[in-house]
Amino acid sequence: MAMSTRLQRLIPPAVMIAALAAILGATDLVAGDYLQRIVIIIGINVILVASLNLSNGFTGVFSLGHVGFMAIGAYAASILTLPVHLKAVNLPDLPGWLQGVAMPFLPATLIAGLIAMLVAFAVGLSLMRLNGAYISVATLGFLVIVQVVLVNWDQFTRGARTFAGVPAYATIWNVWIWAALTVYVVWRIGASAFGRDMRAARDNEIAALSLGVSVIRSRLLAFCMSAFLTGVAGSLWAHFITSFSPKSFFFTQAFSIITMLVIGGLGSVSGSVIGVFLITVLSELLRNAERGFDIGALHLPPIYGASQILMAVLFVLVIVFKPAGLMGGREIDIRGILRRIGASRRGKGAA
Amino acid sequence: MDREEGCLLEIDDLSKTFKGLHAVENYHLRLSPGEILGIIGPNGAGKSTVFNLLTGHLRPTRGSIRFRGQDITRLPPDRIAALGIGRTFQNIRLFASMTVLENVVSARQLKERSGIIATLLSWPSFHRTEQRLASEATENLGLFGLADRAGKAATSLPYGDQRRLEIVRALALGPTLLLLDEPTAGMNNQESMFVLDLIRRIRDQYKLTIILVEHNMPLVMQLCERIQVLNYGQIIAEGTPEQVRADPKVVESYLGRAMEDSKDAEARNG
Ligand SMILES: Nc1ncnc2c1ncn2[C@@H]1O[C@H](COP(=O)(O)OP(=O)(O)OP(=O)(O)O)[C@@H](O)[C@H]1O
Ligand SMILES: [Mg+2]
Repeated sequence: MAMSTRLQRLIPPAVMIAALAAILGATDLVAGDYLQRIVIIIGINVILVASLNLSNGFTGVFSLGHVGFMAIGAYAASILTLPVHLKAVNLPDLPGWLQGVAMPFLPATLIAGLIAMLVAFAVGLSLMRLNGAYISVATLGFLVIVQVVLVNWDQFTRGARTFAGVPAYATIWNVWIWAALTVYVVWRIGASAFGRDMRAARDNEIAALSLGVSVIRSRLLAFCMSAFLTGVAGSLWAHFITSFSPKSFFFTQAFSIITMLVIGGLGSVSGSVIGVFLITVLSELLRNAERGFDIGALHLPPIYGASQILMAVLFVLVIVFKPAGLMGGREIDIRGILRRIGASRRGKGAA
Repeated sequence: MDREEGCLLEIDDLSKTFKGLHAVENYHLRLSPGEILGIIGPNGAGKSTVFNLLTGHLRPTRGSIRFRGQDITRLPPDRIAALGIGRTFQNIRLFASMTVLENVVSARQLKERSGIIATLLSWPSFHRTEQRLASEATENLGLFGLADRAGKAATSLPYGDQRRLEIVRALALGPTLLLLDEPTAGMNNQESMFVLDLIRRIRDQYKLTIILVEHNMPLVMQLCERIQVLNYGQIIAEGTPEQVRADPKVVESYLGRAMEDSKDAEARNG
């Protein structure tokens, strides 16, 4: 009995992993370059949005500055993996002990995540004491500070100039392993004592305190874990795009992640994944349309920036008509769906 | 003041001033284990403020609070809760995004949880803990006749059930001292009597000490061995229900009106 429930518990994740692996494998083998790139971008966005959900969705502490952690992850990992001969050219002022280092992808990514997490801890220790709206403003301030540091810390970042030559280590596989891991971690935390603490503090801070929940500590836990995963996403993105500058991590990027999160639904992990798919695919389609196209005899001129305008409109529409997002804070019940499929198949077999 | 042996709660000289308004002044109390104390008084007398001071939601302007011999005067509310003081709120504060069961589990889990590693690895011990939490919380709900609604959204319950759920949640914390702020507010007579019976049962079953703030006089008089009467933040009378009922100051400031009110209410209900 105990064994069989344990096995039953493993069925839904096993089915999902198999399905994901099949889709990725097919993409890897069959799909063209363009489609592969989109699949990688979706994977990275899934990490960014799901981890933002851990902080913004579960604890209700609405961070606007998470892109700052992405930037920290991107720069930290890229400094570590940049080949030694490029370091000599691009980052000649790097301290000696870093000059000779060219790390593999995984340790560099883990270290990048840890650095983002440490920064989050230091920042969060004071920020998490503030009240809701103040935290949002303060995290925005954090993002601006990260910008200033990146632009001025020439020795490590090349300042406002492009940081180029990062090895293209990101693949469909390593990106999606991290994406699956992130979704799992966020979902698992959500459905645990830690997640209930976070939601309790969000729903009613005073009641949560009266039940012994340390509101600050549970917010800090969410913030730090979220920053780690966001830092990892930064590293993956850097090794996908291979050249970037501080501008890559500013309001446009922050807004795009928040749009996906809000459209999918705060507090719902499956909502995050749906939001990412919807917005990434839509904005990719729109980006192509921006260049102008012909419908029969009608010629549409290029409208640059149209995709961003449409994203903003979509964002406003969702906030007005479905403020809880598409998933409304609920999860897709995979177990229930599998059960129903099983039941209908048995039903057919009997008939 | 000297410390008394066997005292669960010792409060001395407790005062709270809001911008010149003396919400609570020189409040004092000695509470023995197992006692049910009633605090009554007109609106704005400072009853809820005493609770908020006691649970750390407000910082006292002056005074000291000792719980089981430990000074808790300036501890934050989560620490005080962990030491064993549970409470309900005058205006219901349930967790709106959670089910009835999750509301109770969120209190139980303070003392019974898997570590972060076991959680992240979905270790068997994690699942066992989750199952145990759920079954114990269901048991708690059963005592209050709420078990069949465990899966419902907490805020979808009727008003009276929400109040009862808040009591269950506070009990699930496993407190030594339970503070109930108007547990029968907004309930009809029948519901109130159900709660009365319940409070007696939980006192006996969980060996609890209870402080009860209530406007429902018949209920307070039946339930409490001792009553404090507050008016304008000060204790104006203290004693057994009989002593308090006979005190002219109490009758003048509060009881006269409250009795009239409850008679009116009875007349309306009956
Ligand atoms: N946070 C606060 N800030 C300012 N004034 C407050 C605050 N809390 C309570 N008061 C004031 O303190 C006084 C006592 O309020 P309290 O809520 O303790 O009364 P109460 O006895 O619980 O009344 P009721 O029977 O209406 O619940 C009131 O005058 C109230 O307005
Ligand atoms: Mg009150």
